Amino acid sequence: MATDTAALVELRGVTRTYGQVAALEDFSLAIHADQPRIIAIVGESGSGKTTLARVLLGLVAPTSGHVLYQGRDLHALSGTERRAFRRDIQAIFQDPYGVYNPFYRVDHVLTTPVARFRLAKSRTEARGLIADALRAVGLRPEEILGRYPHQLSGGQRQRVMVARALLLRPHLIVADEPVSMVDASLRATILGSLRQLNQERGISIIYITHDLATAYQVADSIIVLYRAAVAEAGDVELVVKAPKHPYTQLLIASIPQVSTERTWLADEAAKPQDQPGDGGCRFVARCPHAMPLCRRSVPSLLRTEPRRDVACHLYTGGVQQETLAGVSADR
Amino acid sequence: MNAFVLRVEGLRVSYDHPAGAVRAVDDVSFSLRPHERFGLAGESGSGKSTMALAILRLIRPPGHIDGGEVWLEDTRLSALSDEAMRRLRLAGIALVPQGSMNALNPVVRIRGQIADALADHDAPLSPRLLAARVRDLLGQVGLPPPVADMYPHELSGGMKQRACIAIAICLRPKVIIADEPTSALDVVVQRQVMATLARVQQELGAAVVLVGHDMGLMAQFVDRLGVMYAGRLVEIAPIADIITTPKHPYTQMLIATLPSLERKGMMQGIPGLAPLLRDLPPGCAFHPRCPMAAERCRAERPLLRDFGGRQAACHFA
Repeated sequence: MATDTAALVELRGVTRTYGQVAALEDFSLAIHADQPRIIAIVGESGSGKTTLARVLLGLVAPTSGHVLYQGRDLHALSGTERRAFRRDIQAIFQDPYGVYNPFYRVDHVLTTPVARFRLAKSRTEARGLIADALRAVGLRPEEILGRYPHQLSGGQRQRVMVARALLLRPHLIVADEPVSMVDASLRATILGSLRQLNQERGISIIYITHDLATAYQVADSIIVLYRAAVAEAGDVELVVKAPKHPYTQLLIASIPQVSTERTWLADEAAKPQDQPGDGGCRFVARCPHAMPLCRRSVPSLLRTEPRRDVACHLYTGGVQQETLAGVSADR
Repeated sequence: MNAFVLRVEGLRVSYDHPAGAVRAVDDVSFSLRPHERFGLAGESGSGKSTMALAILRLIRPPGHIDGGEVWLEDTRLSALSDEAMRRLRLAGIALVPQGSMNALNPVVRIRGQIADALADHDAPLSPRLLAARVRDLLGQVGLPPPVADMYPHELSGGMKQRACIAIAICLRPKVIIADEPTSALDVVVQRQVMATLARVQQELGAAVVLVGHDMGLMAQFVDRLGVMYAGRLVEIAPIADIITTPKHPYTQMLIATLPSLERKGMMQGIPGLAPLLRDLPPGCAFHPRCPMAAERCRAERPLLRDFGGRQAACHFA
């Protein structure tokens, strides 16, 4: 079911280059406020994940293409609209240490947005809002408030950041590697909080990660980036269980599994070395299925099934679409 | 002749703190056979990195080694002078520290950093021999010769980590201690770096201690695993036994933290937090988080017991 109203946020053909290097190329994505989803963006370092987050948050302007907030170009927003955007789209970053000023109590990161966006009329109301937000992410306010950042665990610090985002009642949270620096024992809890915010409060979440396994656990749909462009996108069950793009296949094979079958290192030995190709498919130098065509022409992103897009010459039957499969309104 | 290349016996490390000393490693013992790959797993704060540093006598104040011995073959490390210990590092036991890619000197080319390591251990080479040695070392870790003349910032994360491995093996150590060597790398590169480490280890005939918290990585890399909790080893067993029949509830839960690619909703956290080392719960340190905890667990600390080729410290094991 397509919606008539403008998307909450839309990227249209966004390219961002740094000097000669494209960090993100011709990327399109629409997020509708009335269809809260969790979309995972997966890729290796340098694939453009963080550039995408920064473009979405309006921290970096696209070199070409457009970023729209409720149908209006981001750079054309008025002061009031920009404020609304800043509130509506919240960010959670990788480092749950670096985001805190060690000299302030953790309360500071919670009271600041309440004051800045005038969320409460009184101190009591502000305290109530903050306590609710902390409880929503599974923290006990009395164990958190009044403490300094170093007195909290990494997992607690990161959940306080989720609570901070939640305070502003956003429609979208962009979480850039939110659990890569916390212990495995705490990852499930933090990702569980994100999932809960999505289901209970209708907040869309962009989960940026290099970890395909957590992406599978958390997300509804997934976008696999490789060297600045989409390699494969679609429903998370389809993409993870039956990956089509050779890069997605490599990513999945690279995850070390808890298993008594030890094939992980053996499979690595025969793999071609990584070297940048010039022209043609970005993945050609590493691809076990490379054909002469792959060296000549860049594969376009085609819809191979109702809920999947793939950019690979192995799959030619598809049709080019404007929006990503399994991500946007067109079900 | 000693059957073990490295023996750690009753090692204890504490850190001084105004509120009293904190024991970070408490009575830890394990042994490594030549060629063996041994894993040390646990959450942050479990003492696994402190272990790695203590083996090399690299604990700095306010930390200190309170007791126990480390043997490298027939050498008792605590008996060595500081100078002899300095020589033994890298030559006998090499460390690939956590985030070691950031430990490379940013203003020295890779060749210079390898030359420094050799010169510092009285193995300086003529420029011609050095060039050949550097080429060999880089080849061993799968880096092309031009890398020798590059600066760290010109290399990718995976290449930097391989350069660190090249430095670690330059004096053919008997033991390589790798502390989360791939935690900052993505999975594809992680597999390349671990494959490199495995190959280099085989060529050298060295033993490896892999410190980390990723049970998937442990399952695929190590032969035996020690699981640490709150400064103590709570289970040691061959890796296949750990995976198929973990004896300690903490080991079971550590395995369950790994997200499955097969079924959704299979990823679990471990409830509660790791205990503060200066305020350990009485009895079993794990009992506040343990689903099986009983009266005995709250009163009596379980000792590491033998179960035929494996050990576990749990009253219910």
